[in-house]
Amino acid sequence: MTAAGTLPSEKDIWRWLEDVPDPEIPVVSVVDLGIVRDVAVDKGGAVVTVTPTYSGCPATAVIAMEIETALRKKGLDPVRLETRLSPAWTTDWISDEGRSKLKEYGIAPPVQGTSCAGAMKQANATVACPRCGSENTEEISRFGSTPCKASWRCRDCLEPFDHFKSF
Amino acid sequence: MTADDGFDETLFELALRMGDNALILGQRVSAWCGHAPVLEEDIAMANVGLDLIGQTKLWLGLAGEIEGKGRSADDLAFLRADRAFRNCLLVEQPNVDYAHTLMRQYLFDAWHLPMLTALKQSAEPRVAEIAEKSAKEAAYHLERSSDLVIRLGDGSVESHERMQAALNALWPFTGEFVAPDDVDKAAASRGLGPDLSAIAERYNETTAAVLRDATLSAPADAPVRKGGKEGLHSEHLGYLLSEMQWLQRSHPGAQW
Ligand SMILES: [Zn+2]
Repeated sequence: MTAAGTLPSEKDIWRWLEDVPDPEIPVVSVVDLGIVRDVAVDKGGAVVTVTPTYSGCPATAVIAMEIETALRKKGLDPVRLETRLSPAWTTDWISDEGRSKLKEYGIAPPVQGTSCAGAMKQANATVACPRCGSENTEEISRFGSTPCKASWRCRDCLEPFDHFKSF
Repeated sequence: MTADDGFDETLFELALRMGDNALILGQRVSAWCGHAPVLEEDIAMANVGLDLIGQTKLWLGLAGEIEGKGRSADDLAFLRADRAFRNCLLVEQPNVDYAHTLMRQYLFDAWHLPMLTALKQSAEPRVAEIAEKSAKEAAYHLERSSDLVIRLGDGSVESHERMQAALNALWPFTGEFVAPDDVDKAAASRGLGPDLSAIAERYNETTAAVLRDATLSAPADAPVRKGGKEGLHSEHLGYLLSEMQWLQRSHPGAQW
């Protein structure tokens, strides 16, 4: 319940969720990542539907807890979280704002529209170095420090960097 | 078959098999964490293991739901004896060396992806949605393992020899994935799971192409080693379970 005694709207909840950071890449919010699929107001509380990024991502439980905590702080009670597996999350759902925040943070964002297997190769897509912008880059490893990242290297400035892999 | 009490044994078995394959292989590859030959491979193995354990939670969670006796995914993973596990024999085979580990991964991934892709069409929506989620991860795993099998098979003299030895040892276990038994047939007849002969065809095509590029040859007329789907396992599973289940067996209900 807000101070004026009026019920928050779904729009309010979406706005509040934009301040809930991803625990592993705190510059992007859970909304930027596209993992919040639905928000509903229910009897003074809220129901938030979330989809996991990777099925084994250890951040999933933390994200659920952070969403609940953030909404409770706004006076919503009860806060219920639901998991939706289908349609499966894709990096194509990461917002434009999320992509530019990732890049500023030093993580090369996923290439839009290449989320299915083999699509990067087929599209001959390149990943630009987040430091110098060069497209003369190469993959070092298909995996990285978290399930959502791969390790890349820039052939021009020679720096290694994380790439939020298209998925 | 659905019994009078509403217990759908076919669906339960299907979910257990998918979950146990992911769990046992996930446990096997996790053992490389901190021990892989290079850092990138160490990270890759840990991540593949993580994906598989994540999928296990979904499948075994569903199995517990279908059974309706209140068993959670954790209960099913940590409190069943070896005869109650339904994984194929391939995934419980030991790591041996990196060649065996990669070859086992490839031979699994090459089945896992077409199987999950087919399960996306399952008549049971809860199966279809887990398959949809897992298939994306399996596709990523298969891209990586195919690439490495080709690079190491068609690599140095030693890497080629090791990969060929791994293939000779592991190939006999691949038939079990695509040899239908009564559960598979019952699942297919109800549209819960695919007709395994279609998966077999896909499997033979993709493995033939990758092994050819890797300059490796699958042993001809190898016997099909099976039994895991019915709970008849090789000795290796017991050792794996005694390590994996030790904590819950010694300290029942322990949490952190
Ligand atoms: Zn650069």
